[in-house]
Amino acid sequence: MIPGVASDFSNDWLWVSLIKAVLIVVFLLTSVLFAIWFERKVVARMQVRPGPNWHGPFGLLQSLADAMKLLLKEDVNVTRADRIVYLLAPMISVFCALLVFAVIPFGPEVTIPFTDYSTPAQLTDFPVAVLYVLACASMGVYGIVLGGWSSGSTYPLLGSVRSTAQVISYELAMGLSLVSVFIMAGSMSTSQIVASQTSIWWFLPLLPAFVVYVISMIGETNRLPFDLPEAEGELVSGYMTEYSSMKFAWFFLAEYINMLNVSAVATTLFLGGWRAPWPLSAINDGMFNTGWWPVLWFLVKLWLVMFVFVWVRGTLLRLRYDQFMSFGWKVLIPVALVWVVVLSVFQYLGLAGVTRTQLITGVAVAAVVVIGLLWLWPDRKAKAADGAGPPGDARRPAGDFDAFADGFPVPPLPGQVLPPSPRARRHVMQAADVPGTSAAPDPAVDRSEETR
Amino acid sequence: MTASGAEAALFWVLAPLMVLAALGLLFARKAVHAAVCVMFVMVGLAILYVAQEAPFLGVVQVVVYTGAVMMLFLFVLMLVGVDSADSLTETIRGQRWLGVLLGLGLVVVLLGVIAQAAFPPAVGLAATEELTNPVALARVLLGDYVLAMEVVGVLLVTAALAGLVLTHRRRLSVRPTQRVLAAARVAALPQGSTLTPLPAPGVYAQNNAMDTPALGPDGEPLPHSVPRVLRIRGQERSATAVLAEEETLVARDDLRLLGVGPAADATVEQVGDPVATGTTDAGATDEGDEDGEVR
Repeated sequence: MIPGVASDFSNDWLWVSLIKAVLIVVFLLTSVLFAIWFERKVVARMQVRPGPNWHGPFGLLQSLADAMKLLLKEDVNVTRADRIVYLLAPMISVFCALLVFAVIPFGPEVTIPFTDYSTPAQLTDFPVAVLYVLACASMGVYGIVLGGWSSGSTYPLLGSVRSTAQVISYELAMGLSLVSVFIMAGSMSTSQIVASQTSIWWFLPLLPAFVVYVISMIGETNRLPFDLPEAEGELVSGYMTEYSSMKFAWFFLAEYINMLNVSAVATTLFLGGWRAPWPLSAINDGMFNTGWWPVLWFLVKLWLVMFVFVWVRGTLLRLRYDQFMSFGWKVLIPVALVWVVVLSVFQYLGLAGVTRTQLITGVAVAAVVVIGLLWLWPDRKAKAADGAGPPGDARRPAGDFDAFADGFPVPPLPGQVLPPSPRARRHVMQAADVPGTSAAPDPAVDRSEETR
Repeated sequence: MTASGAEAALFWVLAPLMVLAALGLLFARKAVHAAVCVMFVMVGLAILYVAQEAPFLGVVQVVVYTGAVMMLFLFVLMLVGVDSADSLTETIRGQRWLGVLLGLGLVVVLLGVIAQAAFPPAVGLAATEELTNPVALARVLLGDYVLAMEVVGVLLVTAALAGLVLTHRRRLSVRPTQRVLAAARVAALPQGSTLTPLPAPGVYAQNNAMDTPALGPDGEPLPHSVPRVLRIRGQERSATAVLAEEETLVARDDLRLLGVGPAADATVEQVGDPVATGTTDAGATDEGDEDGEVR
C-alpha cells in the first residue's frame, strides 16, 4: 500500500494494470464519440433544430461515420511543413490527453463479477496525482504549439502563439484553485481527496475556487468562449488549419479527451468524485457508495460537467483576445490568490484551536464592521457632484432637446423630455376632422418629417 | 548500490535516448528542434526522478521546467522568428577556442567528481516514505529552511516586479475605450463615414474577385467596395464590363439550348451571332441606369 493514498493497489499485478489501462483507453475513445454526438445534439436543441438524426438511432452513429470519413480522407502534407515536428505534434497532444485518466478514481474497491477478486476502480494513484494531471496538461500544450509552428503557415503560427499565452495564464489560475482543495483535503492524491469528501463535497465550502476552476478549465481546453487559438472567424481554425485526415482527427480527439479530463478532475476534486449525491448516500447505510454504484455516480457527474461545456458554448460569444488575457491575469489569478490566502488563514486558525462557532462569529462581526464602515464612509462621488462635477457631465445638455442633433434622430438624455410627436398631432387632428374634408397642409408637413 | 531490475531497465532505455536528445540540442540547426530535444531530456529526467522515489520532484520538474520555462522559451523563439538560422561568424575574437577550452575544463571537473563519487545506501528514505514524499519535503522546506525559502521568494517577487517596471511605458494620452471609439464613429457619420464595415466586392455568376465592385440595392455599382489600393492603381474592373461578358454567355447558352450551339451548321451560326451581340449591347448600355432589370 502506498502511504498517503486511500486506495489499496497492493493486489494489482501487472496484467491487472494492463487491463485497466486498456479499459481506460476504450472508455475514452467511446466517450469521445458519444461526446461529439452529445455536443451536437444539445447545441442543436438549444438552437431549435434537430441536430444529427440520420445515422443510427437518434443519430448516435454520426460521429462514428465522421471518424470513418476522416480516416479515409487524403492525408495532405504541407510542402513547407517541418516534417518530423509536424507529425510529432498531434501525437504529443493525444498521448498527453490519454495519460490523465490513469489517476482518476471511477469508484472505490470493486469486486470483479463471478470472482472474489477486488481491486480499486482506478489505474493508479500516488501522493502527487493531481500535480501529475497538471503536468500532463502542460505537456499537451506542446502539441498545439509545435503543430502551429511546424505547419509553416501564418494562421497556425498565430493560433499557437495565442494558445501558449492562453494556456500558461489559465494554468496558473487553475493550479491556484486546486491548491485550496489540497489545503482542505490535506493531500494531493485523488483517492484521498475523494475520501475527504465524505461529509461535504468541496464545491460548496470552496465555491470561489470552484468557480475559478470552471472558468479556467474552459480556457485550458480552448473551448468557446475561450477558443481563441482556433477562432474560426479570425484564424480559419488556428493551429489545425494545415492538418488533414487522421492527423487532424488526432487533434480533434485530443481536444475532446481533454474536455473529459478536466471534467473528471472537477468531479473528483470538487463534486465528490464517485460519491452518491446526498439523499441517495443516506439510503440503507450508504449502500449506494459501495460496489459498482459509484461508477454510475461518477459518470453522471462527469457528463453534467460536460453538459456545462456545451451549455456555455451554446450561450456565450467568443471574447476578444486582449479582454480574455486581462480577464485571466487581472481577475481570475488575483481572486484565486486572495482566496488561497483567506483559506490558509482560516485553516491555520482552525489548527490553532479556534472552534468553528468562534470562527463564524468572528467572520460575521468582521463583515458587519466592514459593511458598516462602507455605509458610513463619505461618498467621494457625492462630494465631487457638489463641486464642479465629473468631466463626463460637461456634455450633458441643460434641458433643451434637439431631436435631430447633427442630422440624425437621437433619443433624449436623462433630464430631457421628448417634444410631442408631429404624428401624434396629426392623429389628433385627423380624429377631430370629419373624414373627406380637406386637411391639405398638415399631411404635407408630416410626410416631410417622416421621410427625414 | 545497484538498482533493481525494472529500474535498471528503465535507466538503460531512457539514458541513451536522453544523451541522444542532449546531443540533438547541440547539433540541431533549428531552434525549435533544439527546444524539442530539451523537452525530451527534461521529461526523461522527471521519469528518472519518479523511478528514484521522488515523485514530487519529478512532477514539479515537468510542470515548472517543461510546462512553463521551456514553453516561455518556445514562445519567445516564435515571436522573434524561429526560422532565422544563427549566423556562425565570431563576434568576439578567439571566442570559439575559449569556449572549447572552458568546455574541456568543465568535462575534466565533472569526470573528477563522478570518478570520486561513492554510492552509500540511502539514509532516511523509509522515514520519508512513511510521511509521504510531499509532506516530508514540505516539513524540510517550510520548517528547517523556511528563512531561505522566504528570502528566495522575496528575490523572485523583486525580480518579477523589476521586469514589470523595466517594460513599463507611461501612456502619454488617455487610452480611448470602446465606448469612446463607438461615439466617435457615430459622430463622424455626417461627414460621410459608415458605421458598418465597407461592402465586400461584387459576386457575379462568372466573376468573384476583389477588383469588381458590388452592386448596391439600387443597382448602382459601389466603387468603395473595391479595395483602395486597386482603385489607386487603376486595376478596378467596371461592373458594366463584367455584366456584359455574362450577358454574352447567357445568350450563347440560350442558343445552345435551342439546338443552335457551336455543333450546328454554319448558317445557323451566322444567324446566332448577331442575336448574341445584340443582347450584349443592350445589356452594356442598360447596365448603367437600370441594372436591376438586366440582372
